[in-house]
Amino acid sequence: MLKSTFLKAVAATALSFSTWASAQAVDLQFYFPVAVGGKAAETIQELTNGYIAQNPGVNIDAVYAGSYQDTVAKAITASRGGNPPQLSVILSVDMFTLIDEDLIIPFDDYLTTDEDKKWVEGFYPAFMENSQTGGKTYGIPFQRSTPVLYWNKEAFKEAGLDPDVAPETWDEMVDFGKKLTKRDASGNVTQWGVRIPSSGFPYWLFQGLAIENGAILANADGNKTNFDDPKVVEALQFLVDLSTKNEVMAPGIIEWGATPKAFFEGQTAMMWTSTGNLTNVRSNAPFDFGVAMLPAKETRGAPTGGGNFYLFKGASDEQSKAAVEFVKWITAPEQAAKWTIATGYVAPRAETWDTETMKAYTAEFAPALVARDQLEFAKAELSTYQNQRVTGLFNDALASAITGKKDPATALKEAQEQADKILAEYR
Amino acid sequence: MKMRALKLKRDWIHGWLLLLPALVFLFAFTHIPAITTLINSFFSTPRGRRSAKFIGLENYDRMVNDPVFWKVLWNNLWFAIGTIPASVGLAIVMALWVNEKLMGRGFVRMAYFTPTVLPLIAVANIWLFFYTPGFGLFDQITGFLFGWPASNYLGNPDTALNAIIVVTVWKEAGFFMIFYLAALQAIPVSLKEAAQIEGAGRWTIFWRITFPLLMPTTLFVCVNAVINSFRLVDHIFILTDGGPDNASALLLFYIYEVAFRFWETAYGATLTVALLALLSLLAIGQFFFFDRKVHYK
Amino acid sequence: MTGTSEMFDRLLNTCAAWALALIWVLPLAYAVWTAFHPAAYEARFELFAPLTLENFSKAWNAAPFARYFLNTFILVTMILAGQFFLCTLAAFAFARFEFPGRNILFALVLLQLLVMPDILMVENYKTMRLLNLVDTIPAIALPYIASGFGIFLLRQTFMTIPKELDEAARIEGASFLGVLWKVYIPLAKPTYLAYGLVSVSHHWNNFLWPLIVTNSVETRPVTVGLSIFSAIDSGIEWSVINAATLMTSGPLLIAFLLFQRQFVQSFMRAGIK
Repeated sequence: MLKSTFLKAVAATALSFSTWASAQAVDLQFYFPVAVGGKAAETIQELTNGYIAQNPGVNIDAVYAGSYQDTVAKAITASRGGNPPQLSVILSVDMFTLIDEDLIIPFDDYLTTDEDKKWVEGFYPAFMENSQTGGKTYGIPFQRSTPVLYWNKEAFKEAGLDPDVAPETWDEMVDFGKKLTKRDASGNVTQWGVRIPSSGFPYWLFQGLAIENGAILANADGNKTNFDDPKVVEALQFLVDLSTKNEVMAPGIIEWGATPKAFFEGQTAMMWTSTGNLTNVRSNAPFDFGVAMLPAKETRGAPTGGGNFYLFKGASDEQSKAAVEFVKWITAPEQAAKWTIATGYVAPRAETWDTETMKAYTAEFAPALVARDQLEFAKAELSTYQNQRVTGLFNDALASAITGKKDPATALKEAQEQADKILAEYR
Repeated sequence: MKMRALKLKRDWIHGWLLLLPALVFLFAFTHIPAITTLINSFFSTPRGRRSAKFIGLENYDRMVNDPVFWKVLWNNLWFAIGTIPASVGLAIVMALWVNEKLMGRGFVRMAYFTPTVLPLIAVANIWLFFYTPGFGLFDQITGFLFGWPASNYLGNPDTALNAIIVVTVWKEAGFFMIFYLAALQAIPVSLKEAAQIEGAGRWTIFWRITFPLLMPTTLFVCVNAVINSFRLVDHIFILTDGGPDNASALLLFYIYEVAFRFWETAYGATLTVALLALLSLLAIGQFFFFDRKVHYK
Repeated sequence: MTGTSEMFDRLLNTCAAWALALIWVLPLAYAVWTAFHPAAYEARFELFAPLTLENFSKAWNAAPFARYFLNTFILVTMILAGQFFLCTLAAFAFARFEFPGRNILFALVLLQLLVMPDILMVENYKTMRLLNLVDTIPAIALPYIASGFGIFLLRQTFMTIPKELDEAARIEGASFLGVLWKVYIPLAKPTYLAYGLVSVSHHWNNFLWPLIVTNSVETRPVTVGLSIFSAIDSGIEWSVINAATLMTSGPLLIAFLLFQRQFVQSFMRAGIK
């Protein structure tokens, strides 16, 4: 009797406490983009709901904001309209733009303890290159990717190549490509050797070539580009030669979105594309395939890609604190493992790969490890102030060289001149 | 005299009152924002801590010296030349066919009209497949029938804009057909019969009777086609993203790119002013031309 | 002699009309093909490919389409009601009243035919913020409800209505609003139907402005929901996109199939010529 009254009282107190807590709840709005098909949006919602359930004091409104492009547009428009989100996942390369627009705040103010500092150091350095500038941390890696080479083992076997060995160098890629390129009786190509897509954002995969050739496209301050570096010109010449001189790749601009399908259809024996495609290729390729690091020239190399968490200005101290806690939670091993398995993104912290879930996953699906191992050679994705405009110029230059309208040296020299004009005011 | 003046005054008030609600919305969401856009074009883009400052005609100077601006303007001209006559011409032909007693007319009419009800953003993905080199539908067909090698319509600066034009014509023609169909059905059959009795052939009947009677519709449809040639850009986002090297970018697409990708809102505003000026000129010209022909005929 | 040549002529026309129709319906046919077959058959057209409904369930699970549907439905209804109301009054004023500034105001209305709210996105977003309407369905609708096209169309129709009818009603003692209600609106019914069709199909498919101004499942229309499939990092999954396209355009397609004769007749009687 007494006991039950007591229990009731406890329950009542607990209940009133929890209502009090939710009345005091911190409300957060969090924008996220979706750039892979399937379960990405669902997984983020699920994770967010899980966090809310564990933390009754926080209310997070996770807003699917469209593509990366839509998300940054939405975040900037909303901020200008006086209604910024407190937290958003946006491309890591938009960091300088967001700083320039004065929309974001560094994480440092909320990461003061030694433990916090250690936490920041726990992210792969390749991912942090695009997340820090001027000694401050503006982005926390989340849905990060890197390009890798996928190859069709059956096509390799058919061409008399060892199906378990991917090309290690540029020369090997060309050699293999020549063996893999098949023509029908009338001379039309039915299977190309390799496919490096160049639509929309050709700079990204091209950057893989540039890094391999020992070139860095932009400095860490984001105010100087090296588009006309002879090594960059050489890399572009190599890309152009793939379809003109060596004839191992289809001519013209190659569509990014149709690339996995072309691979599945046997139109190409090798393709360069994002690790964000792992899940897609795994479930749809009708043949045995392999995943390898991008081939080397002077060195191995690849750009990183994808999105970071950013803290937005205009939030209360309490909101920003809650946002940082949420970021810490969602990048923690268990959550990150779930996210990686659902999407194919590279888990951004080493410790994630040591979890049982991840071990079981990689044991069954070894290609997931390739991206992680490649991070050792990866460099920051091209990012500058006025990023979209500068990369836009660069993309136009690449496109004009790929389509044969200009020669690589001229195209890149012009792009560099224009980029210099834009970036001069940031030096 | 006094009565007339009174009626006039009452007419004034009634007219204005009737207009008021629509004008409030028009001004709030079109004219006032358009004017603020014009004002913004004389200022620099505010970025973070640097607020906008008056820079006079600097943005316009930049526009005149911007090769991409001239390229997209030129593209837009080709786009207009490529889409307007083709979609209007096809619309007339479609309407003539569907207006006759044709086997399976219901299906044919439905087929012509489908593009109007499918969202361009989704349909662009389908066209992307059609254009895809190698396994795309067009290449499968041309490869099977003529043994042609793989093509790359979207990835070649010489054909990308044409590929966009084809999708636009497909999207527009069926919509315009409805207007022609309605106009055709309003033409009295007796006219045609009288001409037939006099021994006129189908061709003569079309050029001498039908086409002149369709003139008002043609003008109306042309107005719409002109506007659309500056407005329809949804599919570019999916098909080419303006590439290669701006070969398929149109003016509105460039404005979007400058304002919402490069975040140069002031320069975006300047380009918008250029587009507005262009459209207003066309509008004023067409308004006088159109209204005279149609209503005081 | 003439009989055979006419027959031949007719046959030729029928063939050409059918050929064009088949080309025109090709994207829809492709959408149907991919939506009902596994992804492996996106680029392979084999007669006996296995059928599946999996793409629909994939698409349905990828986004709360039922809710998006409702949002689109509310949006389209709201826009249409607003447009009918505002455009009727304004068109009536332009068609039948003499007042100073009429021509200038009409030119201003026509300008709106060209200046689409999409261009003025940043400014309009600021306005919505000021009105505290961001992330609501009315925010998507408001910029469109005073439609220059609607005013223009109705004005044209109202001008064709004989003045005698108008005067007769006035002699019977009807007020100008009574005249509008009893004479003009009933006679312009086909125009309303025709304009309604144009407006509904346009706003059902509108994408850019709703994307900017909405943030949540409760307000987002289907087109924005569809954009979830335009994934960047992975390849295009045509089968799922097309299943989603069919689901979202289905109602409009079916409505057109059922009512196509009425639509055309309404266009005819609307006197859009």
